[in-house]
Amino acid sequence: MANKVIVETTINGDPVELLCEPRQSLLEVLRDVLELTGSKEGCLTGDCGACTVVIDGRPVCSCLMLGVEAAGKNVSTIEGLATGAALHVLQRKFLEHASLQCGICTPGFLMSAKALLDRNPNPTEAEIRYALAGNLCRCTGYDKIVRAVTDAAATMAGRSSRTAHGGAVPAETASGMVSEMLAKGEDK
Amino acid sequence: MHAITYETPKSLDEAVKLMAAHGEKARALSGGTDLLIQLRAGTRRPEYVVNIKNIPELTRISFSLQHGLKLGAAVPCIEIHENGDMRKYYPGLTEAAHLIGSLQIQSRASVGGNLCNGSPAADATPALIALGAQARVVGPKGERMVPVESFCLAPGRTVLQPGELLVEFHIPAPERRASDAYLRFIPRNEMDIAVVGVGAALTLDMSDDRVVAARIALGAVGPTPILAAEAAKSLIGKPLDAAAIDNAARLAIAASSPIDDMRGTAEFRRHVVGVLTRRTLAKAAERARE
Amino acid sequence: MAASTTNGFKVIGTRPIRHDGVDKVTGRAKYGADYAFPGMLHGKVLRSPHAHANIKSIKIDKALALPGVKAIVTADDLPKLPDKMEAAGEQAINLNHLSMNILARGKALYDGHAIAAVAATSSHIADEALRLIEVEYEPLAPVMTVEDGMKPGATILLPTLRNKEDGPDKETNVAAHLQFKRGDVAEGFKQADYVVEREFKTAMVHQGYIEPHNAIGIYNADGHATIYCSTQGSFVVRSLSAAVLGISEGKIKVVPAEIGGGFGGKTTVYLEPLAVLLSQKTGHPVKMTMTRAEVLRATGPTSGSTIRCKMGATKDGKLVAAQCWLAYEAGGFPGSPVGAGAMTILAPYNIPNILVDAYDVVVNRPKTAAYRAPGASNAAMASETVLDELAEKCGIDPLDIRLINGSHEGTPQTVGPPFKRIGLIETIEAIKNGEHYKSRLTGPNRGRGVASGFWFNVGLQSSATINIHTDGTVSLVIGSVDIGGTRAAQAMIAAEVLGVDVNDVRPTIADTDSIGHTDVTGGSRTCFATGWAVYEAAQDCIRQLKERAAKLWEKKPDEVVFENGMLSPAQPGGDLKPMSIKQIAPRLARTGGPIVGRATINARAVGPAFATICVDVEVDPDTGKTQILRATIAQDVGKAIHPAYVEGQMQGGTAQGIGWALNEEYFYDDRGILRNTGLLDYRMPTCLDLPPIETLIVEVPTPGHPLGIRGVGEVSIVPPPAAVANAIYHAVGVRMTELPMSPSRLLKAILKKRAAGETQAAAAD
Repeated sequence: MANKVIVETTINGDPVELLCEPRQSLLEVLRDVLELTGSKEGCLTGDCGACTVVIDGRPVCSCLMLGVEAAGKNVSTIEGLATGAALHVLQRKFLEHASLQCGICTPGFLMSAKALLDRNPNPTEAEIRYALAGNLCRCTGYDKIVRAVTDAAATMAGRSSRTAHGGAVPAETASGMVSEMLAKGEDK
Repeated sequence: MHAITYETPKSLDEAVKLMAAHGEKARALSGGTDLLIQLRAGTRRPEYVVNIKNIPELTRISFSLQHGLKLGAAVPCIEIHENGDMRKYYPGLTEAAHLIGSLQIQSRASVGGNLCNGSPAADATPALIALGAQARVVGPKGERMVPVESFCLAPGRTVLQPGELLVEFHIPAPERRASDAYLRFIPRNEMDIAVVGVGAALTLDMSDDRVVAARIALGAVGPTPILAAEAAKSLIGKPLDAAAIDNAARLAIAASSPIDDMRGTAEFRRHVVGVLTRRTLAKAAERARE
Repeated sequence: MAASTTNGFKVIGTRPIRHDGVDKVTGRAKYGADYAFPGMLHGKVLRSPHAHANIKSIKIDKALALPGVKAIVTADDLPKLPDKMEAAGEQAINLNHLSMNILARGKALYDGHAIAAVAATSSHIADEALRLIEVEYEPLAPVMTVEDGMKPGATILLPTLRNKEDGPDKETNVAAHLQFKRGDVAEGFKQADYVVEREFKTAMVHQGYIEPHNAIGIYNADGHATIYCSTQGSFVVRSLSAAVLGISEGKIKVVPAEIGGGFGGKTTVYLEPLAVLLSQKTGHPVKMTMTRAEVLRATGPTSGSTIRCKMGATKDGKLVAAQCWLAYEAGGFPGSPVGAGAMTILAPYNIPNILVDAYDVVVNRPKTAAYRAPGASNAAMASETVLDELAEKCGIDPLDIRLINGSHEGTPQTVGPPFKRIGLIETIEAIKNGEHYKSRLTGPNRGRGVASGFWFNVGLQSSATINIHTDGTVSLVIGSVDIGGTRAAQAMIAAEVLGVDVNDVRPTIADTDSIGHTDVTGGSRTCFATGWAVYEAAQDCIRQLKERAAKLWEKKPDEVVFENGMLSPAQPGGDLKPMSIKQIAPRLARTGGPIVGRATINARAVGPAFATICVDVEVDPDTGKTQILRATIAQDVGKAIHPAYVEGQMQGGTAQGIGWALNEEYFYDDRGILRNTGLLDYRMPTCLDLPPIETLIVEVPTPGHPLGIRGVGEVSIVPPPAAVANAIYHAVGVRMTELPMSPSRLLKAILKKRAAGETQAAAAD
């Protein structure tokens, strides 16, 4: 039978000792061993971001990392985003802006957005879109997701958001954002 | 996935011994963003997976203006982008590393892994070749330096022998009025594999702005990344004007040998080699002049 | 415009937080793959590596011998079903084809076609077991395009397939030919001052839901089975699984998990019967999930197609005739949406003379399934770009030519009675009067395109029950799975009718044993039909509430009125105080027991949907890459219940349409093997590929619906490919007739035009 190993890690702030096979991905370990099924499997190739967790402050696709590699790391998952019964601002803003439809990509988006805002509390719309480019959403066209993250950043910084829910983005904002995106593409 | 044994050496010595002991049965695990996909698909079936991310030599960036750069093979791409020296002195390599997949991928994937995976479309490889990078390889028979342009042999195959490990890259210190650039073409704005990638490094004369040194490398347009030596040579001693750039672009196209696939046709790729060679040279020159 | 007769709502039209929201932002919501049961095994499917092959033998001994492997099944373990259309639950379907798609019988018809299924103690062991199954194939020539499938002497996929035209003796790959006619096209084209005719090709594309298919089958020794899965329709899963397994429908219970996207692709079964079969064989619960590669290779993308479209107009822009020819890839078994393509292609316009021919062609690709307004986007790509060309020839604004010819109440449909009140014209006007279309687009290689689209929408069956609790809150039970926020919309309808706070309504989606038959969440029907059932169930509650109030007040029920959430005596006066539901709820036990409001419906009076979109693009003429700068969509939704989720549907459909336009395609090699089996090379738009998508909600109430709802889920995907094509033309002067308009294709067209220009210039010298 397979050669299971003990892994000591930290998950959502708590020390965890777990037993897994070396071939199991971190995603499998989270979902099947620890029953933390909030991280989702969408592709197993790192292209959709549904399994995104934050490890030592960086977003990572948990499908592309072995569970044994989590030894000694600090792993944050969607299950640890809220504080007790209080939702994180990002979670609240996703709900207020109707940023999810089916919701399968939502945990991954929230973790990517969390990693972004922890490093860059005041991102531009282009920076938000760049940071979320590794997360695919097929339902929303991203607009309401970007609004929620923008609003969350503003709320966390004590500013009021420049876009309320719904309605159209002013034309100059839209084309300005696209030019910024194009400029960024050009930059690479 | 088949069952594997996982090893975590803490020193280069230990890693080399493990790799040597298991030979063909072992595969080094750097970021794992290619390897895990291959293990799942069954296209690689190593019995031993050796995590090399706990070895100091493989995970550090050391730079000085005197000695140049030593870039550990397992340094995650995001750390390259976050390093001020890298951004300042090797902007082309840095932007190549920053183009590999999403931020999630860059948090894990390394330039060394990108090279060892042996893909002709690896973004970092043309940038490394343009900079004249040498790969330090350590194995059971000792160590050797391999110019990066000679590292890949065929899609998925490299010069690494069973038991050998890529440790780091040695890259010369930048000269004055020198810089590099890397551009790739992808259909979307992120996440795709390069359909064409072009890396270029240029040194311009202090007084008359003529090209003193040049290297151009192409990705995704042949079975391995390509050093477009003729294209680069054509620039030497000339001012970098439109005619010189056009000529270099023509020679770069001649150096490419693309195929038709789901990412683009050969005809399209040849055309884009020209377009990107022009754009990359212009960008490297602009940076060199700064 | 935006005519609305349904004002005065308190809840409808507001934007409350969805009831399942907290579960979905905390990772607590359970999707199919999130369930686990004690003793559960893991199932995996072996798939054909050939596009077309006879299966000579399947040897399973070595795989069965692998420790941990519990069972292996092949088509021999499924009952053989009749090769003809039969009822499966509420729909007619060729059960033999359905069964053969779930496990290939004798022949593999596409790369990825399921051959065998394994159950083992872990998914890794199941995967390893697949490598040990030995299948002997006799490869056959693959038929990959409709042209290849239709040509005389083509390799035949299904030896028993016949069509009416060719008769009972002729083997064919053409499963059906449909024809729709009005007037006389030959005469019609004679009246035209301008005629444009072009041929289009569109690539096979996938719905691209982020959640792969999943199913858990639990077979009990008493012959009953339970299926947990992520599906758009639990009742469809029940009837199809029962049919494929040859067990009675009532012996299966389907528990719908949360669903991670479907877009039509989760309206049939793949894994569900296999999970039950493996559970039956092993006595354990069996969980099966697909990989992304399996999803792309072997579920139900939508058809690639070849379409010829010819339209004629008089100088003043009046359309006089149109002739269309459509051939759609059905996949390995018949059933492409070509009929819908044929009936939608000209639907937005009033054209006196039309002739439409449509062909359903089997090819060695996965059996297609529904995808958001199935068949209509392909068709609109053809008609809406040809119309753009005609507008240009006539010198008429492209929105004006649509206004001149646009369908409205009384316009004949391609099939069926004339349209009732519809909102196409209003969507065109919304775009025309909007800030986007009025703004100037400047800069080189930039262009603006518009297009309109039509989709039927459907009604079908729904059930709803409402329980009034003693504290005056209510629970709403429905059978429509929530794929995009419909729980909230249904709760809002109940709250509106009952006059209670929307947060006092708890919506639940029940399993197939706990609610009446409810058809799929699809066809834009959930708010329309299930919402109608909820409306009626709430009315049923009110009827009962009036009876109870009457009892308390010692009056007749018709002497009680219900208004603004309050029960009161019809005749004012006396000391009887009006009562809210909260006030009467604790007194129900004493007045006859609990109140359960119920309604079931087979909804007619379906309101067809129209949308018009405006797109700005910038093209890099050196690489052929298109950037979407701005997009605004106007859609007639009848009545927006929860406007934020209505906008979400409009944005999502637009985003999928843009993906279809620019980069998404199934890429098969010359052996018929799918090369892009992952989301790296099946290129759906990322966040950086789309601008903020602007929405203009148009509300033209559907006649006959109590709330005027039309349904919102689909039509937004119809116009984007054509609008992007039109925008590209106005940016760089090339008419694209192939989807996707990927950089390779667009660059080729640009270079060809440039070369032609140079030749012309040289000739002029």
